[in-house]
Amino acid sequence: MSIELAVAAALFAGVVLYAVFGGADFGSGFFDAIAGGSRRGAEVRTLIDHSIGPVWEANHVWLIYVLVTWWTAFPETFAAAMTTLAVPLMLALLGIVLRGASFAFRKYAATLAQARLFGVVFAGSSLITPFFLGAVAGAIASGRVPAEGGGDLFSSWLTPTSLFGGLIAVGTCAFLAGTFLVADAGRSGDPALADQLRRRTLGVGVVTGAVVFAALLPLRADAPTLFEGLTGRAVPLMVLSAVAGAATLALLWRRRDGLARVTAVTAVGSVVLGWGVGQYPWILVDEVTITEAAGATATLQGLLFAVGLAAVIVVPALALLFRMTQTDPRH
Amino acid sequence: MNSSLEILTALAADPEGLLPARNQMALSLGWHIILACFGVAFPAMIFVVHRRGVVKGDADALELARRWSKVSAVLFAIGAVSGTVLSFEMGLLWPGLMGPFGDVLGLPFAFEGLAFFVEAIFLGIYLYGWGRLAPRVHLLTLLPMMAAGVVGSFCVLAVNAWMNNPTGFRYVDGEVTDVDPWAAMFNDGVWLMFAHMWVGAFVVVGFAVSGVYAAGLLRGRRDRHHRLGFMVPFVFATVAALAQPLVGHVLGLRLAETQPAKLAAFELAETTEQPAPLRLGGVLIDGEFRYGIEIPKVGSLIARNSLGKPVPGLDTVPEDERPPVNLTHLAFQAMVGLGTLLAALGLLFWAARWRGIELLERRWYLRCAVAAGPLAAIALEAGWIATEVGRQPWVVYGVLRTTEAAGESPWIWWSLTGTIVVYAGMTVGAIVVLRSMARRWRAGEHDLPSPYAPGSPELEESSR
Repeated sequence: MSIELAVAAALFAGVVLYAVFGGADFGSGFFDAIAGGSRRGAEVRTLIDHSIGPVWEANHVWLIYVLVTWWTAFPETFAAAMTTLAVPLMLALLGIVLRGASFAFRKYAATLAQARLFGVVFAGSSLITPFFLGAVAGAIASGRVPAEGGGDLFSSWLTPTSLFGGLIAVGTCAFLAGTFLVADAGRSGDPALADQLRRRTLGVGVVTGAVVFAALLPLRADAPTLFEGLTGRAVPLMVLSAVAGAATLALLWRRRDGLARVTAVTAVGSVVLGWGVGQYPWILVDEVTITEAAGATATLQGLLFAVGLAAVIVVPALALLFRMTQTDPRH
Repeated sequence: MNSSLEILTALAADPEGLLPARNQMALSLGWHIILACFGVAFPAMIFVVHRRGVVKGDADALELARRWSKVSAVLFAIGAVSGTVLSFEMGLLWPGLMGPFGDVLGLPFAFEGLAFFVEAIFLGIYLYGWGRLAPRVHLLTLLPMMAAGVVGSFCVLAVNAWMNNPTGFRYVDGEVTDVDPWAAMFNDGVWLMFAHMWVGAFVVVGFAVSGVYAAGLLRGRRDRHHRLGFMVPFVFATVAALAQPLVGHVLGLRLAETQPAKLAAFELAETTEQPAPLRLGGVLIDGEFRYGIEIPKVGSLIARNSLGKPVPGLDTVPEDERPPVNLTHLAFQAMVGLGTLLAALGLLFWAARWRGIELLERRWYLRCAVAAGPLAAIALEAGWIATEVGRQPWVVYGVLRTTEAAGESPWIWWSLTGTIVVYAGMTVGAIVVLRSMARRWRAGEHDLPSPYAPGSPELEESSR
């Protein structure tokens, strides 16, 4: 494997991890939004606080990792994407800022009225961010970002691929969040809450799965290069995603909630990975390949060193945090 | 007339995104930097009170640690998101910097990302660990956060120091070659700049937190909780405020060699003088020094550590490579003046105590201690304005102009407007929430349960 490809793989691993873990945090905003009034939704909202409270900041850092690795390893394509996709990126960023701030503010709000205000902002912004990040992914994958940057601010992402990218991102985030919340509710000894969330998660799962495969139709014309990759090289991943997604639905139905988390992560992780494999070897589809975009070799080596450090330092620490929060019965 | 025409032509030649990009960067960076200080310095202060609580069984100290950890949860959340804004802005606002130079300056950011990871993970573990981890193990989870604060600030400062002392590449005909990211990261300026910022973080947070408890003492809450809450951060603040002039002085001594234009602006030196005077306050209007005090020879002493050595003047710098002198000069002197004042305030407290006078009993001193928090923040901001504006017109000193780094994007006016609205909202939200947390603690609440949790009194009442 060339060093450019190794760094690109490390970068994309960050994308997958952000989609899965960061995605689950954003998706919980969907269940917050549909939880109902203050009294009816009290259990769900408190569960969400417990569930994502200790982990969302750590999961959020994967996005920083992706941005930093991108601009360090493939700087010109970073500048090109940022100048072209400024509008969806800024809207995603707006969502990130509002989500993080309002989530922290709501937890310590003094009155119900304040908490409601912060809660509305939290839930709304949790939907905005995945949609626009999905739209950004769609624009890159359908070859809308010119190599030299400065592409059209709107027509670059107001396309079928970006629209489906956004919808798939919202759906997969909600699906992941749902499976995690069902398991958390079960562990905290609230089967009624778990069943309520289970029904909603099953609904989200069916709709999202349908959207993922419906998206293949417009992709053929709108993103031919990606379509060719998805229906060629990435087929095993797409099949794996479909099987794992279906298995998640079955496991949730049969109340095997712990295992359903694993299959849900597999389903979402493999569909995101499928996108990466599908657009290989392009970093900006139809414009710049990974090898062409790479910066100085010395910098790529330094980055791989940083990635190695992350594997040694961050991964065990993260595992410790997840173990603490995902096995603690005293929710 | 001629010069104003020149300015007009220069303005017209600037890319459309430059002015709003500058303002947006200044706002978001100036906002984030205060929270970054809390990320760097607050864990050390929490560690001291938490350790006291665990090791000596001091209940007041443990309660302080518990409260401060909740405060840090709120501050870290808005610090994390405002830091993310900066990551996006690097590309959104300065594509001309990140495109050509991303692989030169990027590596420290990768390590900063690692530090951010460690800090976020262990903050999560620490907050979650109350009542779940063994007390001594729980205490130790603060140590990785403290280490991450050191590494993270070093890395960010490495990039800024590189912008001021660019090395680790060659720039030939607009092409960047021979990139050595390690040389760029460990450039000549990084250690002193890091020290200056790291110590500055302790000045800001130390005075800010002790100021909160000084306000409580002023209102007659004279219990041990408030005294301890004042004292611990105040010790940090005093040590840092006394060390800072020394660090700053040594850092400043480099400027005559490395960035003479910045030094000339700091000192408001129109021409090279030997020995140079110190110009206190004042502005330069049409080359004339006005509205300030001139003290002979002291300028050379401060800037060069010698009564004889010259301070380079603006006349040694081509006209189109001069920074905006008056803003740089005033910001620099505001930083130095406020820093000196804060050091004196700390020194006074301990000197008085040594003489047997307890200044915590004096209302005038408590008022000063309350004011010290905002003043420290202003000193920090002034320092950043001085060094950033003093680097202009360059973004990468001597290599890339800020005009070349900005994009041609008219939409940045919209994003600037949005940024102002969102940051104003976030500031109000943070103040409202932090104040209400303090109010609830004073009212005797302990765990601060959320008002929307099942069974909360307010929820029961509202549904009745």
